[in-house]
Amino acid sequence: MGGAVSPASHDPLLPEGRSPRTAPTTGAGAGTPAPVRRTRANPWPYVLVAPAVVAIGLVLGYPVVRNVVMSFQDYGLRELIRGGASFVGLDNYAELLTDGTFWGVVVRTLAFTAIDVVLIMVLSTLVALMINALGRVLRFGVMAGLVVVWATPIIAATTIWQWLFQSERGVVNATLVALGLDRFDGYSWLAHGPAAFAMLVLLIVWQSVPFAALTLYAGLTTVPHELFEAARIDGASGFRLFRSVTFPILRPLFGLITSLEVIWVFKAFAQIWAVTQGGPDDATTTLPVYAYQVAQSLHRYGLSGAISVVTVVMLTLLLLVYFRQTLRQEGDR
Amino acid sequence: MTTDTVPTFVAGPAGPGAATTAGRRRRRLRPGRVALGAAAVVTILASVFPVYWMVRTALEPTRDLQAGSVTPWPRALTLDHFRTALAADGFWAFWRNSLFVTLGSVLVALVVAALAAFAVARLRWRGRGVFVLVVFAAQMAPWEALLIPMYIVVRDVGMLDRLVTLLVIYTVVTLPFTILTIRGFLDAIPVELEEAARVDGCSRATAFRRIVFPLLAPGLLSTSLFGFITAWNEFAFANTLLIKNQDSRTLPVWLSSFNNVFGTDWGATMAASTLFMLPVLLVFVVLQNRVTGGLTAGAVKG
Repeated sequence: MGGAVSPASHDPLLPEGRSPRTAPTTGAGAGTPAPVRRTRANPWPYVLVAPAVVAIGLVLGYPVVRNVVMSFQDYGLRELIRGGASFVGLDNYAELLTDGTFWGVVVRTLAFTAIDVVLIMVLSTLVALMINALGRVLRFGVMAGLVVVWATPIIAATTIWQWLFQSERGVVNATLVALGLDRFDGYSWLAHGPAAFAMLVLLIVWQSVPFAALTLYAGLTTVPHELFEAARIDGASGFRLFRSVTFPILRPLFGLITSLEVIWVFKAFAQIWAVTQGGPDDATTTLPVYAYQVAQSLHRYGLSGAISVVTVVMLTLLLLVYFRQTLRQEGDR
Repeated sequence: MTTDTVPTFVAGPAGPGAATTAGRRRRRLRPGRVALGAAAVVTILASVFPVYWMVRTALEPTRDLQAGSVTPWPRALTLDHFRTALAADGFWAFWRNSLFVTLGSVLVALVVAALAAFAVARLRWRGRGVFVLVVFAAQMAPWEALLIPMYIVVRDVGMLDRLVTLLVIYTVVTLPFTILTIRGFLDAIPVELEEAARVDGCSRATAFRRIVFPLLAPGLLSTSLFGFITAWNEFAFANTLLIKNQDSRTLPVWLSSFNNVFGTDWGATMAASTLFMLPVLLVFVVLQNRVTGGLTAGAVKG
């Protein structure tokens, strides 16, 4: 059995990148030469990772598999109660892909993600550049403000948002009316599709900027100062300086943050569900919300599973396209 | 669910380059400085305003809140709303539930992750690469897409309406991140420290406990910040998996249904939001200082 072990994994207790000479020995004691024991499959690594493997497998792996299986089944309320769902092949997917509502949701999700991510990245970049240029006091003030936003729990934020945009006594309407926009007197943000959509965009952007801005700022502080000096001597300033010095250097960081924000916005559920539940008239129904609605109100769990699968596939494709582009750009430089 | 990552750099000092840039510009461009300062103030206001408005509403008496006009400052101060929120039906039970689920999942995730991270960082074994890959994949898992299958799985095993279910889910949600972070910290601790201890006659376990663990502790603390926030804030699973047994609800679910609890009493709703947010803010402030530079300081000492 030991013979099957490849040379690389010969010593199960060998730390990464260590030569055998300096490797710590097993519990048998430093003086004991124990080559025989060590060439056998050592159970300890497996014992140590077992809890993690079991937990991830049962709590993440199994539901994922279950979801995929369910997406090929006719799984309704009856099957939920009695069991015994029958396989229907690709029926759920076929139904989805020929359904206008579904495509509406897809377009809305993409628009929601695009608007949010663009706003988040532009604002975060501006804030990060600003922090970098600020004096000590204001820099601390801005960063403290961002941390407070960061520390605001999602559901606290959704609750605050509903109060800010409340129709009769909300401060947003009061301010807009004071600015002369009388049509916002008693305006109900939750009853108008575009208004509810805009309100959620603002919420997501407000919640997401701190992470992106602070991470970008941390990246900015690592850019060698000499580069800016050199570029400035060459006459570059302002936007040019950013475009030809800062951005190229921080491109990987920008890429990473952009893709993280895409993931977060695309699959945002709690904010939308807590504020609008997808309404009014589906105006704020994105893919995760749609999958939930289809299961919760239509009790079509199979169809909901198919929506989830499509969501994950779309997200993966979106990021793959992006990563490929980044890689190509990296190669061109 | 994971808009939060450990912000270890937040309190960190700015690079020397940044400071000199600012200093030089201050001397050269006065109008630019004013515009910059104005932008900074606008940013601070835009970030803090919603939170300020929450606290302001929570402190203003109901009669003022119901008055026709809205003022930037509260006209009078009261703690009545906090009393209402604290006296609300089940508030303390939900608070306890949230605390149990949060602390429980953080602790379990730390232990499980520490074991796995040790195996990944310090031991060599077949399948290690695959395991790391699985952990990376699990970190990207779109949990929001699993609400319904999770509901069905949990229902099938008869674990609906149980807090333990949430504890287990939150543990696994934070587990990949925790494993990868602890592994990173372990990689940063030289193996030689352990080896030296073992030459001095320590057993492997003792060497870990006496040498590695103290160096690892600040890292564990910062890692638990992420777990704490994730579990304390989680809404979607709590909302889906705790349906019939209202007593086992957590604070986010309770707060999201504030209409049922407080009706249109916005003062009390905002007081409840403030109370819900407070622990996270405290953890942020406390852990922030303990974490920054803790690891490097420890390694120099070692």
